[in-house]
Amino acid sequence: MTDIAANSRTASGVAALLHHARYVIGENSVTGLAFGLFAIILATAMLGPWVVPYDPLASNTAEALKAPSLAHLFGTDQLGRDIFSRVVAATQLDFTIAVSSVVLVFFMGGLAGVAAGFFGGWTDRIIGRIADTIMAFPLFVLAMGIVAALGNTVQNIVLATAIINFPLYARVARAEANVRREAGFVEAARLSGNSEWRILAFHILPNVFPILVVQMSLTMGYAILNAAGLSFIGLGVRPPTPEWGIMVAEGAANIISGEWWIAFFPGAALMLAVFCFNLLGDGLRDIVDPRRRT
Amino acid sequence: MLTIILKRAATVVPTLIGVIVVTFLLTRVLPGDPAVYFAGPAATPQSIAEIRKSLGLDQPLPEQFARYVDDLAHGNLGNSLATGRPVLAEITSRLPASAELTLFGLIIAVAIAIPLGILAAVKQGSWIDHTCRIVTTAGVSLPVFFTGLLLVYVFYFRLGWAPAPIGRLDVFFDAPPHVTGFYLIDSLIAGDFELFRAALSQLILPGATLAIFSLAPIARMTRASMLAVLASDYIRTARASGLSSYTVVVTYAFRNAMLPVITTLGMVFSFLLGANVLVEKVFAWPGIGSFAVEALIASDYAPVQGFVLTMAILYVALNLVIDILYGVVDPRVRLEA
Amino acid sequence: MKRREFLKSMTALTATGAFSAPAVWSPARAQARNETLLLVTENGPNNLDIHGVGTNRPGYEASWNCYDRLIRNDKKTLADGAVVYDRDKFVPELAEDMTTGDMSITFKLRKDAKFQDGTPVTAKDVKWSFDRAVSVGGFPTVQMKAGSLVKPEQFVAVDDLTFRVDLLKKDRLTVPDLAVIVPGIYNSELLKKKATDKDPWALEYTKSNTAGSGAYKVTSWKPGVEVVYERYDGWVGGKLPELKKVIWRTIPSPGNRRALMERGDADMSFDLPAKDFSEMKQEGKLKLISNPITNGMYSVEMNVVNPPFNNELVRQAVAYAIPYQKIIQAAMFGIANPLFGGKSNDVSTIDWPQPTGYATDIEKAKALMTQAGGGPITTTISFDLGDSTNCEPIAELVQESLGHIGITTTINKVPGSNWRSEMAKKSMPMMVNFFSGWLDYPEYFFFWCYSGQNAVFNTPSYVNKEMDAFIDGARAAAAVGQWDTYATDVKGFISKAYNDVPRVPLFQPYLNVATQKNISGYCYWFHRQVDYRSIVKA
Repeated sequence: MTDIAANSRTASGVAALLHHARYVIGENSVTGLAFGLFAIILATAMLGPWVVPYDPLASNTAEALKAPSLAHLFGTDQLGRDIFSRVVAATQLDFTIAVSSVVLVFFMGGLAGVAAGFFGGWTDRIIGRIADTIMAFPLFVLAMGIVAALGNTVQNIVLATAIINFPLYARVARAEANVRREAGFVEAARLSGNSEWRILAFHILPNVFPILVVQMSLTMGYAILNAAGLSFIGLGVRPPTPEWGIMVAEGAANIISGEWWIAFFPGAALMLAVFCFNLLGDGLRDIVDPRRRT
Repeated sequence: MLTIILKRAATVVPTLIGVIVVTFLLTRVLPGDPAVYFAGPAATPQSIAEIRKSLGLDQPLPEQFARYVDDLAHGNLGNSLATGRPVLAEITSRLPASAELTLFGLIIAVAIAIPLGILAAVKQGSWIDHTCRIVTTAGVSLPVFFTGLLLVYVFYFRLGWAPAPIGRLDVFFDAPPHVTGFYLIDSLIAGDFELFRAALSQLILPGATLAIFSLAPIARMTRASMLAVLASDYIRTARASGLSSYTVVVTYAFRNAMLPVITTLGMVFSFLLGANVLVEKVFAWPGIGSFAVEALIASDYAPVQGFVLTMAILYVALNLVIDILYGVVDPRVRLEA
Repeated sequence: MKRREFLKSMTALTATGAFSAPAVWSPARAQARNETLLLVTENGPNNLDIHGVGTNRPGYEASWNCYDRLIRNDKKTLADGAVVYDRDKFVPELAEDMTTGDMSITFKLRKDAKFQDGTPVTAKDVKWSFDRAVSVGGFPTVQMKAGSLVKPEQFVAVDDLTFRVDLLKKDRLTVPDLAVIVPGIYNSELLKKKATDKDPWALEYTKSNTAGSGAYKVTSWKPGVEVVYERYDGWVGGKLPELKKVIWRTIPSPGNRRALMERGDADMSFDLPAKDFSEMKQEGKLKLISNPITNGMYSVEMNVVNPPFNNELVRQAVAYAIPYQKIIQAAMFGIANPLFGGKSNDVSTIDWPQPTGYATDIEKAKALMTQAGGGPITTTISFDLGDSTNCEPIAELVQESLGHIGITTTINKVPGSNWRSEMAKKSMPMMVNFFSGWLDYPEYFFFWCYSGQNAVFNTPSYVNKEMDAFIDGARAAAAVGQWDTYATDVKGFISKAYNDVPRVPLFQPYLNVATQKNISGYCYWFHRQVDYRSIVKA
């Protein structure tokens, strides 16, 4: 009985959410733009490597440092590689870094935060202290330290990014879970004999999840910036792998000498992606949490 | 009040212990053997072993940690291997450079972002609101080093408006007599306006780089906080009693909306101290961030530990002060122990 | 007001505004600018004394300019007008006379030489300084050893102005080794006062203070920021330098260094990337000087102890697969001397460095791989992150080319500080690396990079009896002047190295310098640092 009721409630909830989403997007053209951009980035990440005109790794020293032209839309770099192809191919890696780091921190920080907020007591105190300790470090420097210590691989960049975002997720999740722990529907579930773990998994988490999704969208941009910063000081992705941050960092030295395109196009792609994730986060917040609409 | 403050202060103790432990462990797992680095080219196994011993690196880890904590307790942060000077001296001499730059960037950001945020809140949903959101979001979407290089290219290399990106002062100026360590203030104290102008002109580009990066959180929080306040009953009452909309927004709403903004400023400040690492590298700024990067790359433990510890203490202290101020400014906010 | 005019006046306004126009200075500051050299480089010193623990290369520059040696290399002008050090001719610096006996060398010191604090320079100072160099361990001690200068008993202060070096064995590198940076003369009276039980050679003091008789003294050093030198007017080691002051700023961003030069704000930028050099040269606004680095080469090095490169055929396959021409073009912008495409790996001259017999030939490389057997190979290429401007494009090109012969590689950037410890471990299978020897003799290069002592620079861990016999033979023959034997041995070790190919030579790089047009007097030195003493600002 209750199951059916719950299901129908969820179904109507989804419909209402979709309706609301359509409303928000229709009303707010900036959010609409962000969704459009996101679709393009996603498509590029999935299809990019198959549609690029050149092999993004193939050097052609005879064509090195050529300005943008019809043959090379974004020009070529020091080894004559096609920058357009590299920028497109890099989407996949950057997207992967961003997504996997937020998914990782969602599981680490989000779950820890929910547990802290729900159980309170020692769980709360320990997780709170861990978050405080991480927060006390200058975040970028901590990421640098982790990557320097563990080695500069994509996995470690993802891990470092996840760790520095841990406090943010833990705090948001804790606050949300804490508010709901005494809420009516939780009390109701408790009274109908559900165990605490069951309440946590089926009543609290689903409610906290959307808010964390907003957070994920906002931190995805930061994850990409973080990876780019690491590349700039030489702790990023390994060459010759195309990645926006390292391409900007390597092209930066050429801005003064006039080869602006080497850094500009990956920089523009990077900015566009981060920009899109940020606006998307704002937009998602509007959809998920209409009360907080600002 | 005092007991409340003390209680609040006591909560940072576990954090500081955590910071010390993590810092120590992190620097010990860094790859690279400082002994080999400092043995120089053409080192022999014996010479490496000698240096390792002189650095105390042949001791077991717990003993190294005990020594480290003991030194800390005596206010000794160790010596930087790379520069040979005490880390404490390095940090105190470099901290003003970073602090001046960060504060300067923060002031620019506040000067731009708060009016923008207020405007966006007052004209909610208008094109001003959207433009403000797009502009500030664009600013935070650019990697800081890229923004910095771009500004250097345009304003120094192309236009020649800004001075060369070679640190805090043009080479032919001597630093003002040390009072605060902030060149802007010290040069005014010394009454040397040419020096003040020189120091200010060096600050503009790196300050702007940091400001561009920090517009978004400040503007966003101002807007949100203003919206919440503007929707409240007392503002409605104020409007209803016929006060001009300027008086309502600036006198009543703005003052009440500032509290969450101040909290955000604290976070932005610590965030900027981290971003400083990259900006200092671009502008050859002799700050604490560039010092830490150099040390990290050189596996020079002591400065990395000292830097991180300083930053952590700064951050914790800043938050403590903000929390306490918060309680002082707004009696409704009770301090949680 | 028309719009265009308005814009113009706006520009003018901002240009004279508070934050701009960096060129307007008060007269006193403008005057200082004319007598001062502003030098910019990527890195600054970490220690002002080359005897110090772990002194980096910029630190050598401070030592060179602030301390004198007994003798120094003479200079010569090449056909293209470049001024370089003369490997074979020496002129006095603190010594006024040098007499070479059978098993000793005797120096007469100048009577008028004084340290920067006014104390006269005596033979006791020389003895103390040389004792220090052979006793402190690490780099200075090893460098002294390269000239067979190993123990304090060899150094004798005969009287105040006479100093004698006793030879343990005949070695033609002894005299050149006395003219390198390490055997500088330190103010022993001053330093003995600064010494402690823990630090008997006062290394702590000289780390951040100069205590020499050289032409310059460091008046201010902010690590990682700048070094300020002032001229020592009492210098007698040569013609008094024209520059009163040298300000040496560390500017990490290469783009900013270039901008500073092009906008005329810095006087000299040292050790430029090849790309900036070739482009700035074309623009013609600055004076650009470039010298091949003597006894130096970039090479691809392979660990010969562990698979897969313990197989000579695989190493030869790599040597044929490397895209040499592309590397010279794309990584070095043509500014490098090729060390490939020679007639044969069995060389017929003693020139050093000289080309190998390898050239890019993928088919031959594939054939060698098949012959070697063992199927596809997966490995890593490492390089020093501190030298990524040159090494990264090389590594990427090598990686791409090796992919064609079935060797899959990942690129491993090693932070500068770890590079040496990684080299010392000898565990990197393949690397792109650079080595140059101060003393420009082939046997010196081979002594470090190929000999069985397995020094840190012998990254391939190449140990071979035949090779050692050639190297030892050449050194012994040179000491006694048996030049026929010497030539046979040198040709022997070069040919052996090229055939066994533990390292594949790529090219000999250049040291590039840019100065404003009013700067002259630059000289290329074996130590690859700037000598301020000869520089003139018009």
